[in-house]
Amino acid sequence: MTDVSYLPATAPAPTADPPSFPATVPAAGTPYAGVPAAGVPTGPAPTRATATQPVAAPALEDPTGGRRSRGSRLTVPGWVRRLTGPAVLFAVWWTVTGTGLVGGRVLASPLAVARAFGDLAGDGELWDNLSISLVRVGWGVLFGVTAGLVLAVLAGFFRAGEHIVDSSMNFLRTIPVIALLPLIIVWIGIGESAKVFLIAAGVVFPVYMNTFAGIRGVDVRLVEAGRTFGLGRLGLIRRVIVPGALPGFLIGLRWSLGVAWLLLVFAEQVNTDRGIGYLLTSAQGWNRTDLIILCLVIYGVLGLLCDGIVRILEGSLLSWRRGFTGT
Amino acid sequence: MATRLHRHVTTPTADAAPVGAVALADRATGGARAGSRATDKPGATAEPGATAEPGATAEPGATDEFGGGDTGGAAVRVRGLRRAFGERIVLDGLDLTIGAGEFVALLGRSGSGKSTLLRILGGFDTGIWGDVLAATRRSVVFQEARLLPWTRALGNVTLGLSGKDAASRGRAALAEVGLAGRERAWPVMLSGGEAQRVALARALVREPDLVLLDEPFGALDALTRIRMHALLQELCRRHRPAVLFVTHDVDEAILLADRVLVLTDGRLSLDVPVSVASPRRRTDPAFAALRSRLLAELGVDDLDEGAH
Repeated sequence: MTDVSYLPATAPAPTADPPSFPATVPAAGTPYAGVPAAGVPTGPAPTRATATQPVAAPALEDPTGGRRSRGSRLTVPGWVRRLTGPAVLFAVWWTVTGTGLVGGRVLASPLAVARAFGDLAGDGELWDNLSISLVRVGWGVLFGVTAGLVLAVLAGFFRAGEHIVDSSMNFLRTIPVIALLPLIIVWIGIGESAKVFLIAAGVVFPVYMNTFAGIRGVDVRLVEAGRTFGLGRLGLIRRVIVPGALPGFLIGLRWSLGVAWLLLVFAEQVNTDRGIGYLLTSAQGWNRTDLIILCLVIYGVLGLLCDGIVRILEGSLLSWRRGFTGT
Repeated sequence: MATRLHRHVTTPTADAAPVGAVALADRATGGARAGSRATDKPGATAEPGATAEPGATAEPGATDEFGGGDTGGAAVRVRGLRRAFGERIVLDGLDLTIGAGEFVALLGRSGSGKSTLLRILGGFDTGIWGDVLAATRRSVVFQEARLLPWTRALGNVTLGLSGKDAASRGRAALAEVGLAGRERAWPVMLSGGEAQRVALARALVREPDLVLLDEPFGALDALTRIRMHALLQELCRRHRPAVLFVTHDVDEAILLADRVLVLTDGRLSLDVPVSVASPRRRTDPAFAALRSRLLAELGVDDLDEGAH
């Protein structure tokens, strides 16, 4: 037991202490930083000088500082907490318009918006406009996502593809898509295909960028392991690279859906007589803020729905990430 | 798995396929393969004195045991292996033979080239000089389990297997490593030890002639490691593959291996059979003696650790 460096504080001080040691003992009175001197017990301070030196009892405190949280607090469900912000916004809207603080010409009240919704929904005009907008977004997203995926796969798998595709995509990405509108009109005209093309052109980039990054981000060690255990080129793509790139693709998809709705607004302001964007432009002409706000709410709800769909996709396709056992 | 390798093979021997034959043919032997030792000794001309020594310690034991012939039941045959990364020579004229069913532990300081050698035998590294032959049916267990996170445990075990009985073989392999009933678990749900057991099952389900283990238990806690040692011994006793076990843990090497190698400066500086009576105990004087010898070879004084 000769190598035990510190004896308990209760151990009797050795009598044969060398005369040089008392110099270190007065350190006992020195308080530790942040601890009141009164809390320091009397006794020699710890010292490395010798194995037989007694150790001072350190000051103790409750590390939680008395702030105990034992999870006994009333818990509000997550969705209720998340709805608080929108509810406050809604309340402010209602109060501001209801008390006449803001006139109906500037901002319609929730009631007026609901009435406008009832009118439009009643005579079928709303569904007419909504469906044509959905069709435009649908085709645009379909073409854009397909093109983005194909390009990302070309650039991700083949080194030659990367040289050709990636540099051009990075250049084209810097051009604001809206600036393409004049060119699109010259090329394709102002019909439906021009609108779909604009949306597709905007959707390509987020899908491409994220999928390409996803493919390139696949762990080389997993590719190596796959190769060791006999996967060929196709097997590697199917079992390792595609699943590995999926999270990136889904992020790109979610982003691209937001872009699609944004571009729809622009596309539907050029030579249209139907669609939510048309309704919005008309409402502006008629000075109907209730209709304008109704259109904005519709955009918001559609955006939320798209997000929800991708979330559900993520939940089922990426269940391995959270260890969801599924069935 | 065999087909991939055989693409490179020019002259396959009875039970062993050359690894990295392209590199060999291009850079070292110019097409001549087994037996052409004189042609590929770039290190020998530089340091003639040094090459004689490891050859003297490593070669006779190996050749005596396995007949020394090219088809003498060896799972690994390496002659004059060189590997350099830029200016740094990691393996410098290394010779190694591992017999079928032999459990060999490879020790070395970090950076000594243990993992490089294993990667070469696994076929991951083709920038080599020298003759390298490794069993065609071989599998690797890495330090990290390297399971595909998006594939359930069973899918990971049967990865790359084909045939109708793949799933049942995978199930049997999982049961053998004590993971029956966990077939549908995702890798994120497995503990470190469980994931490594899945990796073991994935290696053994292929019925390999050679298993390469690269510090497989290095990331596990001490208690799990003890259990994994027992499991690995049991699996090796049952399947009898040749094993190259790379580790930096001297005790682990003595506990498990039939033969322990020490890699120093690109060559095998020590090649000793483990003659500790089994069950091997750390308290056995033979164990302690071998331990001291290996630690000394690794440049560590075992008194530093406070060992008996």
